Amino acid sequence: MKIIICLKQVPARDAVLRLNSASCWIEESDLTFEVNEPDLYALEEALRLKEKHGGEVVVCTLGPARAQQAIKEALAKGADRALHLDDNVFISLDAFGIAQALAAAIRKEDPDLVLTGLQSDDSGFAQTGVILAELLGLPHATIIMEIQAQEKSLKVKRELEAGWFEWMELPLPALLTIQSGINKPRYATLKGIMGAKSKPIQKLGAGELALTAEALEPRQKITRVYTPVKAAKTQFFEGSPKEIAETLLDKLKNEARVL
Amino acid sequence: MSETILVFAEHHAGKLARPAWEAIAAAQHLAGDLKAGVVAAVLGENPGAMANELAQADVQQVLAVASPLLREYTSDGYAAAAAQLIRERKPQYVVFSHTYQVRDFAPKLAARLGGGLASDCLGYRCEGRKVIFVRQVFQGKFYADVEFVGAPPYSVSFQASAFREDAVQRGPAPAPVENVAASLDASTIRVKPGERFREAKQAVDLAQAEIIVAVGRGIKAPENLEMAKQLAEALGGELGASRPICDSGWLPMDRQIGSSGQTVAPKLYLALGISGAIQHQVGMKGSKTIVAVNKDKEAPIFEVATYGIVGDLFEIVPPLTDAVRKMKSR
Ligand SMILES: Cc1cc2nc3c(=O)[nH]c(=O)nc-3n(C[C@H](O)[C@H](O)[C@H](O)COP(=O)(O)OP(=O)(O)OC[C@H]3O[C@@H](n4cnc5c(N)ncnc54)[C@H](O)[C@@H]3O)c2cc1C
Ligand SMILES: Nc1ncnc2c1ncn2[C@@H]1O[C@H](COP(=O)(O)O)[C@@H](O)[C@H]1O
Repeated sequence: MKIIICLKQVPARDAVLRLNSASCWIEESDLTFEVNEPDLYALEEALRLKEKHGGEVVVCTLGPARAQQAIKEALAKGADRALHLDDNVFISLDAFGIAQALAAAIRKEDPDLVLTGLQSDDSGFAQTGVILAELLGLPHATIIMEIQAQEKSLKVKRELEAGWFEWMELPLPALLTIQSGINKPRYATLKGIMGAKSKPIQKLGAGELALTAEALEPRQKITRVYTPVKAAKTQFFEGSPKEIAETLLDKLKNEARVL
Repeated sequence: MSETILVFAEHHAGKLARPAWEAIAAAQHLAGDLKAGVVAAVLGENPGAMANELAQADVQQVLAVASPLLREYTSDGYAAAAAQLIRERKPQYVVFSHTYQVRDFAPKLAARLGGGLASDCLGYRCEGRKVIFVRQVFQGKFYADVEFVGAPPYSVSFQASAFREDAVQRGPAPAPVENVAASLDASTIRVKPGERFREAKQAVDLAQAEIIVAVGRGIKAPENLEMAKQLAEALGGELGASRPICDSGWLPMDRQIGSSGQTVAPKLYLALGISGAIQHQVGMKGSKTIVAVNKDKEAPIFEVATYGIVGDLFEIVPPLTDAVRKMKSR
């Protein structure tokens, strides 16, 4: 089974984010990045499917040079090779544009299965995988929590709201968007890290992918990014932990009357 | 002719769900600002009864889009039927609630129509004829103003409770219902939905708890859960958690609070090291009193907190547990 895993690099969860000077995105210099969380689960799922059914796992990442780090992590964990989509015209694409570029790269690979995360932690479109399925003409299922692969089809467990699930079947080739918690992602071993050094990373720009400016034309654009205006009337407490504890209990007892 | 806003009314097995009404409220609001008309659409095998129910709302028209192939929801069936409808009616905007179902087919639909989808929006504002949608980025740490570029239809999905069900305006008389037969080809519906189920019986019913101490990734390691457990015990409450804690297997899934877990409304909710992503907030923001302990003063959880403590939970929780014990023993 040939599996493509779309993996995005996003700012690290505990990184302190600042707005850029134009207030249209964040300041990316001096920032630490990591693999988007659901994508780590998707990668793990791809590796397990390969271990069970044989085949190949190909990482596909669109991002600037720094994204190499995310790609290397995936290769160290066991992916076989990677496609790195990097071009100045790829900067600040919307979900549609990203999906167009990914589709152009993936089409050439003709995979049996494409996995994406269900949502990115930075843009949070929750769209790229589904658009990609449409562009590739593949059936898809979203928010997946279990995959059972058969010869020519998949049986998947789809998460619904409020603790419900649903089984679904779909023919291969297909695309799935993976939800966090589907498995326990592995750590890279030292051997894996060493082995990753010789795994191929193919760089692809708009030219190689025959992508015109028109195909990447945004459908939506961000005009401003800003700190949320706080509407809440939260009362904040300061002092030593002991003082805070006492003030809080007093408020809970005498003001909120919940104790 | 004035512009049309088409609104998608979601249902589950023939029952209109709250997101349907929230979407209608959103569409009515937008229509008011744009002086446009609202057309509601409901898809199904026999959507007639639901269409009549929707017709109570103050809308121009309700479309009951029927096909035997729409008996069960499938992304393929819904995208195909909705695409037909939109190509025919040419609405300027298509409005959705940002549910799991909408996540599953709306991006496909928008891509097929070549338009954009502004997903999971909190709201919008108008500058003349221009509409600027507001959505969260970086898990709610920042907001972004978003504008559509290119040709309509412009699709937008709104976050749960961005518009309220009770804001739906009723019409003076029922709106006309039009039956639309969707022409779908069975071979284009590739996904086959199966059984719906819940995981094994829940061991705890957090919905009944009066006090919940919930932990998030700020708790760092499973061995630190004991500290939160002790606080919960001292308060006579239950332990809850954000999704990553349950994903990691540190607590069972029946302790998970949020859109994919339980919805709770205790009189006291303590959030320890939880950032307050929307998917967590929807499960707990109905709590009477919310206390948040977080070392990041910008964490979105503080937007719903009654009382906030900016600090390290490992320093705050032990003296708090002591103080509760002391208070209880008095
Ligand atoms: C479709 C979908 C469904 C989802 N369903 C749910 C759901 O049902 N429930 C849910 O919870 N999430 C759900 N999520 C995930 C959600 O988006 C967030 O990723 C998740 O809620 C984050 O959990 P967290 O706050 O524990 O972790 P993080 O976002 O990592 O936040 C950890 C917080 O701890 C703080 N912190 C760190 N150390 C300390 C310390 N020592 N003292 C004090 N504070 C500290 C940090 O400042 C940070 O704010 C869902 C996501 C999707 C896409
Ligand atoms: N730049 C990218 N490179 C590779 N995959 C991506 C990229 N952007 C989004 N994806 C994939 O699409 C998923 C959903 O992202 P989004 O639509 O931004 O919420 C992510 O979890 C990734 O799997």
